Amino acid sequence: MAKIEIKNIYKIFGNKPQSVLPLVKQGATKEEILEQTGHTVGLDNVSLKIEEGETFVCMGLSGSGKSTLIRHLNRLIDPTDGEVLVEGHSVMSLNPEQLIDFRRHKMSMVFQRFGLFPHKTVLENVGYGLEMQGKIEEEKNKIAMEKIEAVGLNGFEHQYPNQLSGGMQQRVGLARALATNSDIMLMDEAFSALDPLIRSDMQKQLIDLQSQLKKTIVFITHDLDESLRLGDHIGILNAGKLVQVGSPVDIVMNPADAYVEAFVKDVNRAKVIKAKIIMRPANQSEGIDKADLIRVQEDQFIEEFLPKIVCKNSNCEVIDKQGNIKGYITNKELQSSLLKS
Amino acid sequence: MKEFFKSKKNIFNFVMLVFFGWLLFISYTSSKRKPDNVGELLKFDWLQSWPKWLDLPLMAWINDAFKKLNENYGWIFEAINNFLLAMLVALKNFLILAPWPLVILGVVVIAYFASGRKIGTTVFVGFCTFFIGFLHPIFWQKAIETTAIMLISIFLCTIVGIPIGILMARSIRIRDKLLPVLDLMQTIPAFVYLIPGIMLFGLGAVPAIIATFIYAVPPLVRLTDLGIRLVDKEVIEAADAFGASKKQKLLGVQLPLALPNIMQGINQCTMMALSMVVIASMIGTRGLGDEVLLGLQQLNVGKAAEAGIAIVLLAIVLDRITQSYGETLQERSTPQNKKSK
Ligand SMILES: Nc1ncnc2c1ncn2[C@@H]1O[C@H](COP(=O)(O)OP(=O)(O)O)[C@@H](O)[C@H]1O
Ligand SMILES: [Mg+2]
Repeated sequence: MAKIEIKNIYKIFGNKPQSVLPLVKQGATKEEILEQTGHTVGLDNVSLKIEEGETFVCMGLSGSGKSTLIRHLNRLIDPTDGEVLVEGHSVMSLNPEQLIDFRRHKMSMVFQRFGLFPHKTVLENVGYGLEMQGKIEEEKNKIAMEKIEAVGLNGFEHQYPNQLSGGMQQRVGLARALATNSDIMLMDEAFSALDPLIRSDMQKQLIDLQSQLKKTIVFITHDLDESLRLGDHIGILNAGKLVQVGSPVDIVMNPADAYVEAFVKDVNRAKVIKAKIIMRPANQSEGIDKADLIRVQEDQFIEEFLPKIVCKNSNCEVIDKQGNIKGYITNKELQSSLLKS
Repeated sequence: MKEFFKSKKNIFNFVMLVFFGWLLFISYTSSKRKPDNVGELLKFDWLQSWPKWLDLPLMAWINDAFKKLNENYGWIFEAINNFLLAMLVALKNFLILAPWPLVILGVVVIAYFASGRKIGTTVFVGFCTFFIGFLHPIFWQKAIETTAIMLISIFLCTIVGIPIGILMARSIRIRDKLLPVLDLMQTIPAFVYLIPGIMLFGLGAVPAIIATFIYAVPPLVRLTDLGIRLVDKEVIEAADAFGASKKQKLLGVQLPLALPNIMQGINQCTMMALSMVVIASMIGTRGLGDEVLLGLQQLNVGKAAEAGIAIVLLAIVLDRITQSYGETLQERSTPQNKKSK
């Protein structure tokens, strides 16, 4: 069973969304609906599954409905039509008390402009979710301090958010989301407001944390590099429609339409493609020059071992974590993977 | 005819016309000065000057209504009267019986903490307070009487105004209904508010309190509503996402963040209350206002001016204290400003 399942979600903004719904279902586009009825289509028949422990990245241009989609998961927004299932239970069926309980324990959220409480200290901010869970002061502060340390902000716990830089503020946001120990973490353009260097730092920090915590993360971004770096799967939204879902390699190698192609056309493929994707399997290895082989892990990106190949001008053997030989990479495979089709 | 009643506006106009006819009829039949014989109307000499019988008996209606109100619900007004009077007398006596240097000291201490320990403001407020009595010894007691009425009115304003402001911020429907009422309350000339007060409570301090309350409450309601609605949407979303209940959100996030605006409202409320209390001297409310009135009646310009200056000083003291408390709060929630100063 998928951790999160979204089934045929429609969201229409306006005064009488229900009256517009049939039109949208008949396939009228976002522009037509806006022109004819004054309603904005936020999401148009979106369905997807997110598995436990993966990082699902949702990508699209500004206004494509990313924020709207992620807010359906914890019901900050109610759908016009469709269903959201979390661990098999419909989020729409929760009554107000159950919904509050669900938000306290199941999901936490990180916001684009941080969404920190300006009148609370870092410690109080990080402890907010725990306070809502009803934890006693001592336990709350203990856990909050642990998380503050985990994101590297020790010593700042008694500062106010506005005294910190953007990157540090978002670390507070991250710590606050981690503190509640929910299995699902929603991140709405969490790093988009940060400078490139700090953003890259934060991405690395998130990857490190995630490798220990194994949470289910739904991450929103409009940046392809970010989605390729973080995502196990990527979903691409265009004008409220989900146009493609797939692994990073799928998206880069087989873009579904012109919109996705425009996104991926300038991407550095070597950064995205792993050795195991392009290798020739070990059982088809006749005729490969096996002298002076370079060893690479199957999960390494081409970028990481490309310099070695160029310097030594020899072939690679690809091994898995246990050291078994899985396949080989020669110049031929490299060329065909890096050249644009 | 059917066509005519299809439009809502036409129906409304028709109803108003019927209502007007009914008013004419009632006025005529209840008039004691109408001609003995209806036939006399046909002479049309009443078109020359306004006839005595064409007189809407609004005065009689209102007097009757107030009489009924007093007979049936008099005990309510009496209870309100006694309650407010008791509070007022207690507060007044406390301040008057206390040695004046102690009262000045009290004002200084309040100013010191309200202004966030700014020495300049504190000293300035101290001197202004001293000068009120220094201008004329009798002013000290008068100023205390004025202040006591104001404080009680402002107290009423806060316990009524802030909850109404909260309701308005929560519900667009309530806001749409109340905004025109607030607009109306602020356009009506101040001393019109004395009328219902006098009718229900007679002359004296209590109608002044009621009138001051009605006159001064709109800005507080507005600014409470505005303050809550201006709280960053993402911060509210964060509170929701971590499972805050409505009450937790209101008390823990919305009100604290709206506090600078609410304090601004209390500041405006205070200033309006002062002007109303001065006007209320016309109905025999004791205080600085009646000194001005007395001076003018005796054509003693110096006396009137002295009293006028005392009112200005009182205004400055109250303004500095409430205003600087708002500023202190603002700085606390955005400490960035403090650093960059
Ligand atoms: N509360 C709202 N009322 C009306 N339209 C909205 C509202 N929220 C979002 N929209 C519209 O829905 C579309 C998707 O918005 P959003 O989900 O914020 O996009 P993204 O996060 O991808 O930039 C946009 O066209 C936006 O104008
Ligand atoms: Mg967005």
